[in-house]
Amino acid sequence: MSFVSEPAELSVTTRSVTTRLDGVRVVGGTAEVSDFIALMKPRVMSLVVFTALVGLAVAPADIHPVLGFISLLCIAVGAGAAGALNMWYDADIDAVMARTRTRPVPRGRILPGEALAFGMTLAVGSVAVLGLAANWVAAGLLAFTIFFYVVVYTMWLKRATPQNIVIGGAAGAFPPMVGWAAATGGVGVESIVLFLIIFFWTPPHFWALALWRAGDYERAGIPMLPVVAGLAETRRQILLYSVLLAPLGAAPWLLGYASAVYGVVAGIGGAVMLMLAVAVRRTDGIAGEAAAKRLFAFSVLYLFVVFAARLVDGRLPMFGNLM
Amino acid sequence: MTMVHDNDGIVLTEEEKRRRRARSVATALALAAMAVMFFVLTIVKLGPAVFNRPL
Repeated sequence: MSFVSEPAELSVTTRSVTTRLDGVRVVGGTAEVSDFIALMKPRVMSLVVFTALVGLAVAPADIHPVLGFISLLCIAVGAGAAGALNMWYDADIDAVMARTRTRPVPRGRILPGEALAFGMTLAVGSVAVLGLAANWVAAGLLAFTIFFYVVVYTMWLKRATPQNIVIGGAAGAFPPMVGWAAATGGVGVESIVLFLIIFFWTPPHFWALALWRAGDYERAGIPMLPVVAGLAETRRQILLYSVLLAPLGAAPWLLGYASAVYGVVAGIGGAVMLMLAVAVRRTDGIAGEAAAKRLFAFSVLYLFVVFAARLVDGRLPMFGNLM
Repeated sequence: MTMVHDNDGIVLTEEEKRRRRARSVATALALAAMAVMFFVLTIVKLGPAVFNRPL
């Protein structure tokens, strides 16, 4: 591949030796181990592993603990592979955004070719081992998730449409389905509900971030909703998706999969999310930015609490019998 | 970051040698962990049947 707009500091090539714009030639193979860990987006990985664990744990089938652990490891590595391939492809725009310019590829610690090889190796390895350890339905879903994140989201949607994170958000929503498939060998209605919770959670989460990072995205030429449609429209859509998310979060209880305790936790979480989205909708300027930051921070907590509640609820039946 | 001179080849600094060593150790540990994982995976998947094969 070729990078159209090159970072100011580094002329990026896929060879092991590259030339900086100041004429100095530099070589690859100089990265720290921590650079390769950073390439896998460990914070995203942790969320992926957690939601996959919930899918695997609440599935109506038992999996051997060792196979369950290996399956989660494969899902984590698959997510890391997707992150590495994302950083390989997005090095040019990462270099011009404050949030991403210190990533290993734009910083010149890992060459694009190294990131590509690392990502592909992890992707193929994680899918193959998941197929051998669990089943090929789960492996196929994991492969599709990586493909969706790298090709559909990163290469296509991200630079093409303000709906990038809406459709692309599906990639982040698949892990509970992969975990469920690892345990059952198939796809169940509840796993689809878990998918939908993350799918409808993604737009308010990312657009809240984009509200105060709009300048960054604009500089990089990414058509995020605040850049293309403006801040007011973004706030309106954040509220719209939060309205859909609140009842959806409680859906596992409404559909009879989870206990009333889960329903109460998800209901309260959804209500707070909705209140914060209303605050974002009603405020502007610096107050609006603060409201967006509050919503962004709470959205992370919301997803964690809802999935943790479902995990406890699903693995401890006596928890549900209290209500 | 290593400077490359056409006649000298690549000369690593002490810091770069340390990083290379760290990467080598991490790679070795990952390979060892994979070997253990495949062994455990085989035993768990096949159970006692792992010894039950025609010779």
